[in-house]
Amino acid sequence: MYQYDQYDQKMVDTRVEEFRDQVKRRLAGDLTEDQFKPLRLMNGLYLQLHAYMLRVAIPYGTLNGKQMRMLGHIARKYDRDYGHFTTRQNIQYNWIKLEEAPDLLAELASVEMHAIQTSGNCIRNISSDQFAGATADEIADPRPWAELLRQWSSFHPEFSYLPRKFKFAVIASDTDRAAMRLHDIGIQLVHNDAGELGAKFFVGGGMGRTPMIAPEIRDFVPADELISYAEACLRVYNRYGRRDNKYKARIKILVHELGAEEYTRQVEEEFAHMKELGLNPPVEELARITEFFADPAYDEQASDELDLSDPDFALWVDQNVSAHKQSGYAIATISLKPRGGIPGDASSAQIDLMADLAEQYSFDELRVTHSQNIVLPYVKKSDLYALWQKLDEAGLAPANLDLITDSIACPGLDYCSLANARSIPLAQKISERFSDLGRQRELGELKLKISGCINACGHHHAGHIGILGVDRKGTENYQLLLGGSGAEDASLAKITGPGFTEDGVIDAIETVTDLYLAQREKGERFIDTYRRVGMEKFKEAIYG
Amino acid sequence: MNIITGNDLKTGDVIWWTGLDWSRFVKDATDVGDHGEAILHREEAARRVNAPYIIDAELTDDGPRPGHIKDRVRALGPTVRPDLTLKPADPDAGEWVI
Repeated sequence: MYQYDQYDQKMVDTRVEEFRDQVKRRLAGDLTEDQFKPLRLMNGLYLQLHAYMLRVAIPYGTLNGKQMRMLGHIARKYDRDYGHFTTRQNIQYNWIKLEEAPDLLAELASVEMHAIQTSGNCIRNISSDQFAGATADEIADPRPWAELLRQWSSFHPEFSYLPRKFKFAVIASDTDRAAMRLHDIGIQLVHNDAGELGAKFFVGGGMGRTPMIAPEIRDFVPADELISYAEACLRVYNRYGRRDNKYKARIKILVHELGAEEYTRQVEEEFAHMKELGLNPPVEELARITEFFADPAYDEQASDELDLSDPDFALWVDQNVSAHKQSGYAIATISLKPRGGIPGDASSAQIDLMADLAEQYSFDELRVTHSQNIVLPYVKKSDLYALWQKLDEAGLAPANLDLITDSIACPGLDYCSLANARSIPLAQKISERFSDLGRQRELGELKLKISGCINACGHHHAGHIGILGVDRKGTENYQLLLGGSGAEDASLAKITGPGFTEDGVIDAIETVTDLYLAQREKGERFIDTYRRVGMEKFKEAIYG
Repeated sequence: MNIITGNDLKTGDVIWWTGLDWSRFVKDATDVGDHGEAILHREEAARRVNAPYIIDAELTDDGPRPGHIKDRVRALGPTVRPDLTLKPADPDAGEWVI
């Protein structure tokens, strides 16, 4: 994986010292909160419901054991012994003290990590496929491109004050594991007819109060012009994106209002201008970056055989282990969704253990997924049983990947000052109601996503079943949505009808899943049956 | 009744205006009547509180109970982690929020 050079390290170290001075001035009264707030937000420090919250960037969700162990250390030393892995492949700490934040950031910097650009109207952490570099279904490794985008977008002077925040995703497979088309810019690496590598650009997707699936605006941008094309997309947005209304400021609104065709025309015009300027990054830099993402030293003799005589292990393998491009190896996903647990939360001890296991079994590498799980991307099949046993001892082996209890949930009203309703208790109760693994597997792939407000951090628009918490005259109320997908078959979920109480929405989910089981045809997932049968039938079952 | 809440500048802890000082516990909050704005401006300027605001509350036998669920969650702590609330020994403390 990528390692900082002297410039990366200097930038991060310098920022820590700058922030240390800003905190000092704030505590001394030389800065008001109005003056200080944008400065702390630029360093990922929010003031949330109970305390300061720090969001740490994990570029394209990738980190090594040392970095993971540092996250555990921070949970222990500066927080309350746990962290929360987010739907942006980052980690958040909920109980940070302002006076300790500079020391915390200095410790993070010591392992090449930071919290820069995890807030504010700038280009946020680049997200990517958690199976990058390990899966057989990709045409190239998206990580060098994600890293190039990270370097290009870090402290980019032109894009530090965009009309609104901006999110990229880069994938290189027809299977979309990163909700790519629900990003401001989604990039899919592709080959053209001549076999050359390039990128397909999708611009103007997103969730929030106005969910949209990004339209494709260019089917092929040559690889060496990818950054310039992204820059052209940003320039048009920066020039014409609305700054007068926060709720209409995202690029999706601009693309929608201009129309994808007109937006594309303007981007192409800008791109032609950019080409004249010759701003593509040097080929040598991409080559330098790519070297960091070379395959690990696989054991070419590793066996594909697996002893599945332990039934619990066999279930875990069937559900949580994915095919690898290298024979004798597998991709293992650690579910952070134990029965009745808090989606995405991990204790410092669990974080430490995952760091140890990555070092021992996965060439020192982990990935955070947007579904709030952790991936060990390079596990030798012959090590899977030992790995599973250690995970199981630590409560990290739920065999529920992509099942109904593998839900995404935002922090909701338990932690977030923007939320209208609590998300986590709902996820916990659903986890309990559907705890029987046989029943979950009978239901099959079912993406359940819960948001505590319209900002949609819990991706409810992209859930096969989505839940949106709202405030109904001071009481928590939950709207049920059906039919969304963040995958390659991207679609936006629709609201079924009037909202429910917490218990009511869980009953409604049960009604919906019962109907699916009764109606499904061979091989159909929940989303397939929903699309074939249509909303009306589900509404009828729910509301009578 | 009207009470004032905010966060401790250094630690970020949720705090409540008692009439003389700031407390971690909402039960100590006092009715500020129509004087809230003046108090919060004074206290914020003195950096004894960060981002203060005035809320409606109901006076109950247990002390003030904020009118909005969001402030009740702030007063107690996350309902999903009873061990991290201000009433860690009371597993049913979350009921007060709802």
